[in-house]
Amino acid sequence: MTALALERAAPGAAGTVRMTYRDAMREAIRAAMHTDTRVFLMGEDVGRYGGCYAVSKGLLEEFGPERIRDTPLSESTFVGAGIGAALGGMRPIVEVMTVNFSLLALDQIMNTAATLLHMSGGQFNVPLVIRMATGAGRQLAAQHSHSLEGLYAHIPGLKVLAPATVADARGMLATALDDPDPVVIFEHALLYNLEQEIAADAGPVPIDRAAVRRAGTDATLITFGGMLGRTLDAADQLAAAGTRAEVIDLRTLRPLDMDTVLASVRKTHRAVIVDEEWRSGSLSAEISARIMEGAFYELDAPVGRVCGAEVPMPYARHMEQAALPQVPQIVDAVRATVGG
Amino acid sequence: MTATAAMPTAPPTAAGDGAHALALLRDMVRIRRLEERCADLYQAEKIRGFLHLYIGEEAVAVGVMQALAADDAVVATYREHGHALARGVSARRIMAEMFGRSTGCSGGRGGSMHLFDAATRFYGGNAIVGGGLPLAVGLALADRMQGRDRVTACFFGDGAVAEGEFHEALNLAAVWRLPVLFCCENNLYAMGTALDRAQAETNLALKAASYRIPAWTVDGMDVEATEHAARTASEAVRAGEGPHLLEFRTYRFRAHSMFDPELYRSREEVEEWKARCPIATFEGRLRQRGLLTDEQAQEIERAASAEVDDAVAFADGAPLEDVATLTRHVYSEAASP
Repeated sequence: MTALALERAAPGAAGTVRMTYRDAMREAIRAAMHTDTRVFLMGEDVGRYGGCYAVSKGLLEEFGPERIRDTPLSESTFVGAGIGAALGGMRPIVEVMTVNFSLLALDQIMNTAATLLHMSGGQFNVPLVIRMATGAGRQLAAQHSHSLEGLYAHIPGLKVLAPATVADARGMLATALDDPDPVVIFEHALLYNLEQEIAADAGPVPIDRAAVRRAGTDATLITFGGMLGRTLDAADQLAAAGTRAEVIDLRTLRPLDMDTVLASVRKTHRAVIVDEEWRSGSLSAEISARIMEGAFYELDAPVGRVCGAEVPMPYARHMEQAALPQVPQIVDAVRATVGG
Repeated sequence: MTATAAMPTAPPTAAGDGAHALALLRDMVRIRRLEERCADLYQAEKIRGFLHLYIGEEAVAVGVMQALAADDAVVATYREHGHALARGVSARRIMAEMFGRSTGCSGGRGGSMHLFDAATRFYGGNAIVGGGLPLAVGLALADRMQGRDRVTACFFGDGAVAEGEFHEALNLAAVWRLPVLFCCENNLYAMGTALDRAQAETNLALKAASYRIPAWTVDGMDVEATEHAARTASEAVRAGEGPHLLEFRTYRFRAHSMFDPELYRSREEVEEWKARCPIATFEGRLRQRGLLTDEQAQEIERAASAEVDDAVAFADGAPLEDVATLTRHVYSEAASP
């Protein structure tokens, strides 16, 4: 596995277009539905309402109610129905409004989608894509704001994606739909308005490797999803002060592309993981352990972590912000690592 | 029609000609003998894990399977040996699975609770109570969206009726008018909890009415009644009339699993139900009608016994899966894990 090259707009023959993460996701759904009649979208308010985050706005008019299906508020059953439809030859995209609600469907995701292939001795694979919004930052408090990516990345049988760029929002869905097994896509709610330039003919991207978003030699910053932006900001600040940090966007949280992470750590000898999740048992813990297992003697300092505070997300803005990793903390963590 | 309307009663010759009647009897006997042997093999420690026997409930699976075509789908529970056998999964592959062998119908990775078979569209073998209902809804949705007139039969117990997924799945199937035949096997106990201790309304068919799903209560101890009900309901489902529900009143004669001292029900109650044994009563009825001779009855027993012997020999001689393949089938082979 090799890391994806730097994705500073590499215009194809068709040039570039500027679009939001939300529009890129919608374009990805549209393209998939035009390409493959087996693809359909279902979930709460994906149709007439246009999607809770307006991702599916306009799709009902374009594709009709058979393929853009509003469901009752029955997470467990519409996710389970997605599994059944996948078994029956369709290629469902199931949208779950937020990661917190997905816990109502966790039984179907873990006990059925992730186990069927193995439990049936290889007879029944589940080509299902589940999309859900994740993360904090919109003052939605303790039942709409969490980052539980690691919970899903814990489960064998699933693939877990966290597109952090507009190009990945545009490109990961098609690859996920081509996958014979269940894929969970986490879309950070703060990314929907992110605007970036992507190739006008941008298409599918690999979902099995991390990307080096910024090259550096002094420390490795490892992150994903909604934390990529502020991690890059921290790297900018560090660069201004003479510390060149390499930034790795994991992109795929299961399976983890540790080759890319370890290659970077062998170069920089220092690592800091930025993870919006609660620290205990988070992906940051797993990555830290794997760095220890794979590159212990390369390390010049303990692996650092900047994680979300271990508290149900509070409503008040200053409290919420205090619970989330911020640029100064990332900068401090890198300085502690480099100075140590 | 709803639970309040009477199911058209089965004509006295619902089993049709003698050959069909004998086939119904044969399938029930096959299930009974296979499972009796399973119990012995459990004591002999050839079968391990949880083992849930269907003994007493055979008329439900056998009757319902008569109404299904080869390309229909079946979703079952963890008490599914009978459903698998009646659906056409071989006794050899079922037994090999319980022995944990690689030639078992799930390659030894499923066991008693997770029998699967793609060839007969048998989707398990689900050990999460109620977990199969959404799956059935999705299979039916796929059929609907691809313009196929197939039926998905979904078996579940009275325990599942207490799960949220029962209500969610019935509602969604009804809202989308999907071709699901919901088959509730009401054996009066959710493990050890009696129905009337768990349900405010013990007429389970009545619950379907709140989703505008036609439903009937059926004598689950009478294979002619179960077949007739399943045929009637599945024809309506296949004709596009939306989901239907059948509540089969039945009873398991054995313990819930092999670890159950049966403290929650009386011996008298068990004996009362045993007197309604679906095999013995149907056999008696066929003899009365002159459709079953002693020779035929003996032949059915002999064949079932031979089939079980053969299955056990096959399972005992079957290879174990190479432990080097431990992590196989976590992801599809073509894709990189």
